[in-house]
Amino acid sequence: MAKKLMKGNEALGEAAICAGALNYFAYPITPQSEVAEYLCWRLPEVGGTFVQAESEVAVGNMLFGAAASGKRVFTTSSSPGISLMQEAISYIAGAQLPVVFVNIMRGGPGLGGILPAQSDYFQAVKAGGHGDYHVIVLAPSSVQEAVDLMIEAFDMADKYRNPVMLIGDGMIGQMMEAVEFPEERRKPNDPTDSDWALTGAKGRKSRITKSLFLDPVKLEENSFLLADKYKEIKKTEIRFEEYKVSDKNRLLVMAYGTMARICQTAIDELEEEGISVGLFRPISLFPFPEEAVFTEATKSNIEKVLVVEMSVGQMVEDIERCVKGQREVDFFGRTGGIVPTPNEVKDKVRELLGVKK
Amino acid sequence: MAYQANTIFMRPESLSENVTHYCPGCTHGVIHRLVAEALDELNLRERAVGVAPVGCSVLIYNYFNCDFLEAPHGRAPALATGFKRIRPDMIVFTYQGDGDLASIGMGEIVHAANRGEKFTTIFVNNAIYGMTGGQMAPTTMPGQRTTTSPAGRDVNLVGYPIRMAELLSTLKTPAFVARTSVHTPMHAVQAKQAIKKAFRLQKEDKCFSLVEVLSTCPTNWGMSPTKATDWLAENMMPYYPLGIFKDPEAEEASS
Repeated sequence: MAKKLMKGNEALGEAAICAGALNYFAYPITPQSEVAEYLCWRLPEVGGTFVQAESEVAVGNMLFGAAASGKRVFTTSSSPGISLMQEAISYIAGAQLPVVFVNIMRGGPGLGGILPAQSDYFQAVKAGGHGDYHVIVLAPSSVQEAVDLMIEAFDMADKYRNPVMLIGDGMIGQMMEAVEFPEERRKPNDPTDSDWALTGAKGRKSRITKSLFLDPVKLEENSFLLADKYKEIKKTEIRFEEYKVSDKNRLLVMAYGTMARICQTAIDELEEEGISVGLFRPISLFPFPEEAVFTEATKSNIEKVLVVEMSVGQMVEDIERCVKGQREVDFFGRTGGIVPTPNEVKDKVRELLGVKK
Repeated sequence: MAYQANTIFMRPESLSENVTHYCPGCTHGVIHRLVAEALDELNLRERAVGVAPVGCSVLIYNYFNCDFLEAPHGRAPALATGFKRIRPDMIVFTYQGDGDLASIGMGEIVHAANRGEKFTTIFVNNAIYGMTGGQMAPTTMPGQRTTTSPAGRDVNLVGYPIRMAELLSTLKTPAFVARTSVHTPMHAVQAKQAIKKAFRLQKEDKCFSLVEVLSTCPTNWGMSPTKATDWLAENMMPYYPLGIFKDPEAEEASS
């Protein structure tokens, strides 16, 4: 299919349609309201369902009910809205239902601002609601990757009957880039023969979708069942990408999302100065590429690791955990909507390597 | 003449054989039965999905023979909206208490009703939080003693009880809204009629429907079951009048 110039937010909506996900529940919030503005006319065109809810609390719970039908369902929101959905996300994880969430992150805490940030890493990756659970977290660094991962997110959600969350900073939503969609749209799935969807107790026993287990033995069982699922996810769904990683690198930069692209520019320019730096970009943030981070960071040529984020330092804690004290892990971040520039990243690398400009 | 025994009363197919956990004198059991009878009589069980609340009736799914979803506190109307929008061919109902629906879930029920979501809500109002141990609800009567209003509900401090049926009937969107009671057999029969009509309107894809059912909580009211039914009639019924507050069929007939 020919490439189309499209805004990230609209491309995300179209990607869901390509995945056969035609059921969208949402509440407006900057900087991703264009998704709802796009889908409110686009979904009816393809026979889908669009509901503008009264709040993000309601959105999360509408998704909970809708997902029990076995059909593909999703929402998009931004940081404060995602906070309000945490109640439902916990229940959805406990009840093991497939739902795709998109968080086009803005600066926080609180109302924060409306400009791009990556300060919801902890909330997404460490599970923002109550209880022992995880959501699968994917972080695209371009509009094209957002489209590709959005489609894949629905497959993952169905495969593991687990919430999947795409987290992109505001730039992913607002940026226009050339994107290519799959040749054919997938047909919406048919849950008629599902062994878990609520389809009516006709010719079978009634089904219950729930997260309540008053018997502690049963609740522990359910929690370990979830834990086993997360182990399986860690085995099979780890994604990352490397850029200019070689045995000449003196330093390894680690960044995700749009921040990684900015770091690529810095790395290209440092190369021209004769400073060899590689980039390690986690794409799946849960499961986190733990072993790969350790292996790459502890290669004999790597002197230091630099984590760059649009936050005051969140993913850096996971990198430190994975590097296990084998290398110095440094951090550079700007936040509140201020995006680190390639020059700032270059200055930090030079400083860490003791190279004068 | 040969004697022939006919079954004239039996457990509705929509009810399971499980024994309920409800306290002696609690009216949840009666209301469950009325809902089950309505589902049976309208032949809806096989395509029914209930949404359970948080509260005493959280385990309602153990007592029904139909598919069930269990919602977070107050959110049942949001779950019902999500499910029904995707499966308009199914029959969806929420079963909620007064703490669930009128307090933490006020936003969800008002907006679901206002959007005209085509599901049915059974709203059980017993003027108290039951499962958590008898705390004050938005529906607690003025002066009524609870564990969080030990001196009685002080309306100067917390306002008056919320009349949900009246509140929802102010919305312009067509809906069926009724208040009933089950404290006497006669009232239970009337409640059944309203519940059945609510499900029928859903079956006909007409409108949102809500039937409020005044209910007793002998345990947390600190009364015997018979004293509790008397208390309901004397204290709740004057403040919460029974009747149909909104009926799309009556509106059609009068226009």
